[in-house]
Amino acid sequence: MNELQISSGLLLAGALFMLGLIGVLIRRNIIFMLVCVEIMLNAAGLAFIVAGSKWAQPDGQVMFIFILTMAAAEVSVGLALILQIHHQLKTLDGDAANSMKG
Amino acid sequence: MEVTFYIAGAVALISTVMVITRYNIIHALLYLVVSFMALSVVFFILGAPFAAALEIIIYAGAIVVLIIFVIMMLNLKEEAIQQEKRWLTPDVYIGPAILSIILLSELIYIVSMGGSSGELGKIVDVKEVGRSLYGPYILGVELSGMLLMAGIVGAYHLGRQKKKVVHRFLEKIEE
Amino acid sequence: MNLLVTPLLPLLGSFILIVAGSRLPKRMVPLVGAGSVGLSAIATLILGYRFISNSLTSIDITAWQWMDVAGFSPAIAFHLDALSLIFIFVITFVGFLIHVYSAEYMIDDDGYARFFAYLNLFVCSMLTLVLANNLVLLYFGWEGVGLCSYLLIGFWYTEEKNGYAARKAFIVTRVGDTALGIGLFMLFQHFNTLNIQEIATQAPQHWAVGSETAMIVSLLLLGGAVGKSAQLPLQTWLPDAMAGPSPVSALIHAATMVTAGVYLIARTHAIFELAPDALMIVGIVGAATLVMAGFTALTQYDLKRVLAYSTISQIGYMFMALGVSAWSAAIFHFMIHAFFKALLFLAAGAVIHALHNEQDMYKMGGLKKKLPVIYWTFLIGASSLAALPLLTGGFYSKDQILWLSLAGEHGNIWFFLFGLLGAFITSIYTFRMLFLTFFGEEKTHVHHVPGNGINIPLLILAGLSTIGGFIELPHSFGHFTVFSDFLKPVLPSISIQEGFEGIEWMIQLIAAGVAISGVYVAYVFYILKPGLSVELKSSAADLNSFFFSGWGFDALYDKFIVRPFVWIANINKRDIVDQLYEGLVWGANALNRVLAFTQSGILRWYIMGIVIGGILLLALGIVKG
Repeated sequence: MNELQISSGLLLAGALFMLGLIGVLIRRNIIFMLVCVEIMLNAAGLAFIVAGSKWAQPDGQVMFIFILTMAAAEVSVGLALILQIHHQLKTLDGDAANSMKG
Repeated sequence: MEVTFYIAGAVALISTVMVITRYNIIHALLYLVVSFMALSVVFFILGAPFAAALEIIIYAGAIVVLIIFVIMMLNLKEEAIQQEKRWLTPDVYIGPAILSIILLSELIYIVSMGGSSGELGKIVDVKEVGRSLYGPYILGVELSGMLLMAGIVGAYHLGRQKKKVVHRFLEKIEE
Repeated sequence: MNLLVTPLLPLLGSFILIVAGSRLPKRMVPLVGAGSVGLSAIATLILGYRFISNSLTSIDITAWQWMDVAGFSPAIAFHLDALSLIFIFVITFVGFLIHVYSAEYMIDDDGYARFFAYLNLFVCSMLTLVLANNLVLLYFGWEGVGLCSYLLIGFWYTEEKNGYAARKAFIVTRVGDTALGIGLFMLFQHFNTLNIQEIATQAPQHWAVGSETAMIVSLLLLGGAVGKSAQLPLQTWLPDAMAGPSPVSALIHAATMVTAGVYLIARTHAIFELAPDALMIVGIVGAATLVMAGFTALTQYDLKRVLAYSTISQIGYMFMALGVSAWSAAIFHFMIHAFFKALLFLAAGAVIHALHNEQDMYKMGGLKKKLPVIYWTFLIGASSLAALPLLTGGFYSKDQILWLSLAGEHGNIWFFLFGLLGAFITSIYTFRMLFLTFFGEEKTHVHHVPGNGINIPLLILAGLSTIGGFIELPHSFGHFTVFSDFLKPVLPSISIQEGFEGIEWMIQLIAAGVAISGVYVAYVFYILKPGLSVELKSSAADLNSFFFSGWGFDALYDKFIVRPFVWIANINKRDIVDQLYEGLVWGANALNRVLAFTQSGILRWYIMGIVIGGILLLALGIVKG
């Protein structure tokens, strides 16, 4: 069994995070933005698991559980907000909600 | 062991790229599920079976399904896909791509400087995780409970749309 | 102690009226206002009695040391000698009579308490000016009277032209004040003290007669005097200052403030005596002013403006007297002039008030029967002004000036001729004023006859103008020289040139003849043949308008001083300091625009911002190690 370097795990997490970031920045649809935020959260969770695995302690997984919980709550509230925006502005364009500009 | 890790990682990366470039949102969500499953495999390899299970159950099973429900509720038509096509022009990629590449290179630099190499893959049991949760992290568990409750209340309240309730006699006249 | 009380009481009155004037019942306001000056007058009487009965030369009292810095140590100290005693006698007595007059005159005005507060403040400043023992305190009083003059000229400030007149007065006198200030600086530089007595003793030791420095300092002091006393070239403010109420014109612009210049020159006579050329210039200024103002008064139709130009002219006489070193003659004329000019202004005010603010003499007439008290007192005052012989105070004082301008040690035939011409014109315009106002048909009806509050001060002043002259009789009448003897310790007396001794009675006869012929001319033009004056006016219309506008001085100053100044100010409107502050504003606005640009309301921009921040932080972390 070759040893799995910790750096590869962290690199994977970083790459996933970067992809999620690109997704948030380029998409105008709000739901896509939410999905990409989920990707980023997942990547962060992966980083924690890698760290926990290095030290062979459950702390990494515990942290991952917390992140998971938070992501679930955030998605539900976020979707409720998206429904409101769709109802008020009749569009899913993220740039349409810009009356706070200036 | 490593090979599995690399293959699963590659699948995750590719499917994530597909997520962010699709026009149809349901397609993107399907690719997302694939990505999560690949990551679940990675968790197994890293010796975190509990986390892997939770990833499938909650992330792929609950959150993505929730998003799909909302999309179905929004009743998006064909023009939504056309809209996405219009919005996602190639020149949109430039700025974010540059920024992300800079960020990634910084991360790579930091990670490669790290110098800590350790043996990965030792399995951490569910029992251990449970004992840790209800031991030192009990406060965190309670707080997560409260967070979820806040989420529920918030989601219900924010999603409510005030509907005009018209008496049934008047309904006829409206029509 | 008394000496401190004299200026302090009006100050106290002013303070009370400023703080609580609007809350006092209306009957109390003149009680405080006139009462404080009245008490001051009584204190003056007591002081005078003590002074004369003990044959004192001076009374000094120091209140406190004002400052003591690098050898410059003026004090709030008062010095009473014969000269200042005469001045404070005039100021407090005439001031008190004017206050009593104003109690009835201004009773319908809203700013009743404010008026008395300003008047009291003025009396206090004038007393400080006259009693000061050092030039700094004198300058303080000088500025104080300038301030009160501004406040009182623009008393009815809601009308814009009153504010304009007040500003004009202040600014024109300010030009003189600056010259005075520079003179004070030079004096301090040379003598290291500004105490008047010390300068008077040190000056002859420092400067020889005819020295240049003395001449420059004297001319600077003359500049200050000319501003305050409305002589050439700074006389343009006094006619416009008639915008103020009549008691103000009487007190400030007839009796007291405008004589501050005369006081200054008399006080610093030690310096002037060391510069005979400067004295000659003083005399020339006086002579030129008196003729110029006389001709101007001849063409005016506003009653108060005639009196204003008359004041300028009479002060010209005082300056001319100072110029020929006839010091006590100038002060004598000041005292008599204060009496009759205040009388004339108060009577004019009563006439204007009775005719419901009609000031045009050509619209008046026939008031002889309707306002008898005012008519008789006005007649007495006018006779004094025209220096009708024997019975009027004005005769004795003006005659002495004419005599000394010819026969005094620095006398000159030209001064005498100018003075004579001035006397002739004075007589004409004075009686023109009297005839137009009180004789002939009644063109405007009398609205209300003034009461005791106005009549009594007029009667008292009429009495003073008559008997005031008798304290200084010339040689031919018995040489009764109480006045000049009284002033001898302070002001040097003047000797007569050789060969002139015998002809004094002839000069008096000429002066008397001139005055009476002036009355006759006015009688002809305005009673016998009224059409003559109209013909003369239309045939010499250009000359008439030239005289009318004060010999074009206002236009001259406007063209050569006011316009360039306004032009420069306009050009300099956006100068460096302005641009600095505008630049600050512009910079803040630009920064705002830039920062507002980042608040686009688009969510992705904000996320991009976070990402950029994250990159920068990481980079910082990497660089630091």
